[in-house]
Amino acid sequence: MLAKTPHAALVRLFDEVGTVDAVGVEERVAKYTTRSIKKASKVKGLKLATSMVDLTTLEGKDTPGKVASLCQKALQPHDADLGAPQVAAVCVYPSMVRHARKALGSDTGVRIASVATAFPSGQAPLRTRLAEVKAAVADGADEIDMVINRGAFLAGEFGLMQDEISAVVEACGDAALKVILEVSELETYDSIRAASFLAMRVIREGDFIKTSTGKTSLNATLGNNQVMIEAIRDFYLDTGIAIGMKPAGGIRTAKQSLQFLIAVKETLGDAWLTNERYRFGASSLLNDLLRQLEKEKTGAYQAPYYFSEAAESY
Amino acid sequence: MPTLAEKKTTRPSRPAPELIFGDLWEFDPAPETADPKLKPRYDLFIDGKFVAPKSGKYFDSINPANEQKLAEIALAGRDDVDAAYAAAQRAFETTWGKLPGRERAKYLYRIARLLQDRAREFAVAETLDGGKPIKESRDFDVPMAAAHFFYHAGWADKLEYVAPGRRIAPLGVVGQVIPWNFPLLMLAWKIAPALAMGNCVVLKPAETTSITCLKLAEILRDAGLPPGVVNFVTGAGETGAAVMSHPIAAKVAFTGSTEVGKIIMRSLAGTEKKMTMELGGKAANIVFDDAPIDQAVEGIINGIFFNQGHVCCAGSRLLVHEPVAEQVLAKLKNRIKVLRVGDPIDKNTDVGAINSREQLNKITAMVASGVKEGAELFQPACKLPSKGFYFRPTIFSGVSMSHRIAREEIFGPVLSILTFRTVDEAIEKANNTAYGLSAGVWTDKGSRILKMSTELKAGVVWANTYNKFDPTSPFGGYKESGFGREGGRQGLLDYCKLV
Repeated sequence: MLAKTPHAALVRLFDEVGTVDAVGVEERVAKYTTRSIKKASKVKGLKLATSMVDLTTLEGKDTPGKVASLCQKALQPHDADLGAPQVAAVCVYPSMVRHARKALGSDTGVRIASVATAFPSGQAPLRTRLAEVKAAVADGADEIDMVINRGAFLAGEFGLMQDEISAVVEACGDAALKVILEVSELETYDSIRAASFLAMRVIREGDFIKTSTGKTSLNATLGNNQVMIEAIRDFYLDTGIAIGMKPAGGIRTAKQSLQFLIAVKETLGDAWLTNERYRFGASSLLNDLLRQLEKEKTGAYQAPYYFSEAAESY
Repeated sequence: MPTLAEKKTTRPSRPAPELIFGDLWEFDPAPETADPKLKPRYDLFIDGKFVAPKSGKYFDSINPANEQKLAEIALAGRDDVDAAYAAAQRAFETTWGKLPGRERAKYLYRIARLLQDRAREFAVAETLDGGKPIKESRDFDVPMAAAHFFYHAGWADKLEYVAPGRRIAPLGVVGQVIPWNFPLLMLAWKIAPALAMGNCVVLKPAETTSITCLKLAEILRDAGLPPGVVNFVTGAGETGAAVMSHPIAAKVAFTGSTEVGKIIMRSLAGTEKKMTMELGGKAANIVFDDAPIDQAVEGIINGIFFNQGHVCCAGSRLLVHEPVAEQVLAKLKNRIKVLRVGDPIDKNTDVGAINSREQLNKITAMVASGVKEGAELFQPACKLPSKGFYFRPTIFSGVSMSHRIAREEIFGPVLSILTFRTVDEAIEKANNTAYGLSAGVWTDKGSRILKMSTELKAGVVWANTYNKFDPTSPFGGYKESGFGREGGRQGLLDYCKLV
């Protein structure tokens, strides 16, 4: 009799989407860190990265006041004469969506993303998770960041995992969806690639896959970013459906964000160098981007207190 | 979820999805600015001193990236080679041959550290002289050269463990000739084991890439190495012949083309000289259908475009399992579109300049023969600098075993792709060559790696990686790729006699 274990299900999935060699991936991404980005190309990269930030606050201690302050920062990251663009979105808990909507108004270029579906564990009944998504959308969220059912994935119940994502897609309505794989709980690059494919097969063009919640020990790295954007590339070339990517957590410096963008440039190409297809889930990153932009403009580094909302406050 | 086939029938007008690798975010030039500290003229290094050639003749060394003259290099004649051998013989008899190993080690450690101290300067000099990208000379050539000195310094006081149960002795004076593809690294591969073992050296670098060799002479002098232990004579083929055939040489070591290797071996037939030869290659890089494809593609790229393909162990024949052949080719094409070809001194350059016009002509002729014989050519549309010697990264698909591009060493950025159906066919095709220097195997199946590595007739077999080197690992060939090993314990055995 053939095996029907979770392992057999995983092996069939690996056979279908291919496996990943960890040493090879890490060697590939190490090359991105040796790229040297100077002058005009650096300014362009910094501005591009700024426009891709999902400025995030996900704390138990978040208040409407804190969220309003975050929204103001999103609209105008720094003095207007620096020429820094607005960020792509603010990312808040569902209970804060209405406060963010109030702070941003309805006619704004900054989108509101909300982490629904019992973030970060996802351990709530499906109907509760779906109700949370609907409530966030009703309160004005433009984008929903959901977590996958890692338990289902690891148990080999891929159908269950995909059905839940499909249900969330439906609950989103017009809101875009970002599917968080929580890579640290999937552990291997093989699993990250496989889970990326499972998710991409049930979401829509313009939706995203996302590395992590930022609530576990290991978040976005160049390695898991590479595995996921290679999956996006292969899926796009196979189906024509362009899925977006959002690395989240652990990207704190401008230099890191440029390395991620180099990975995008060399793997997915120019069509993904836009905040419609690539985002950074981050908070302290924004001020480092501004600081580097200021340095490119004036030739000198400014002290952190010249930038509003010091990193520590996020 | 409709299948791909259904989608094609329902939406026939939608064009095939393609990736755009354009100029939306172009990188500014990022040249490495360290001073290579070049002298306008380099003399011979004989008996611890820089001396003018007896003939008074010099030749130009140019930068292949822009064809500008870098320096004048002394042309050594037979008299100069005689002087170098005499100095080496003297040093062997009076100083070096008598020093205990632990003392020799101190000099080797000192050379390694001085090279590390001046790493950036040497990297820039290597790139200007040879055309390889600065990121390779900076991250590979110079650190690896230093690593070879460190490694052999570690051996120098432990030589009784090289051949347990036997007593060993140095050979005397060895003559060495090295190629232009890794000038400094090949120099380290040659002289570090020779010196650790207690031999003295007369070495000739390739005529297009003498500069880092002569810069290393400054380090040898600064390290206080006794005069005559290492002597550098520069020049072309005639100088090389004089070095190889000199009566004082107890052993000759050559790295270069199979053609020249054969000439040397013919000239030495009947003499008592020991020989090691590290010659050409036409390595098979074998990708099975269960391999991690993206990483295999990365390994193929690294295997053939590293150092513009000027690598004797380059993975120049790609053997792909038929079920994944189309996929691998498509991924390779997308990957080479993002290789940055251009000025080697730019830190973002992936593929630099071809070493010389002569080599560029040879590559161009081989590629023309591939097209003429019916293989399908693919090159990315990258811009090349107007001055200097450059060649686009090139992939040939639909290659068969009888094509010249599948049999002859091209020594350039040109990959020939063949396919296979079974494991036995892969082994058959991989071994069907006059060469046998290296091979690569890409598969998820561990037992297959072991089977392949025993059946492939190649000195090095890389598994799920390519072009990895380490001083502890012996390197050398089978068949017309030569004999003898460099690196590791085996490499030391080639520089001693058992007594």
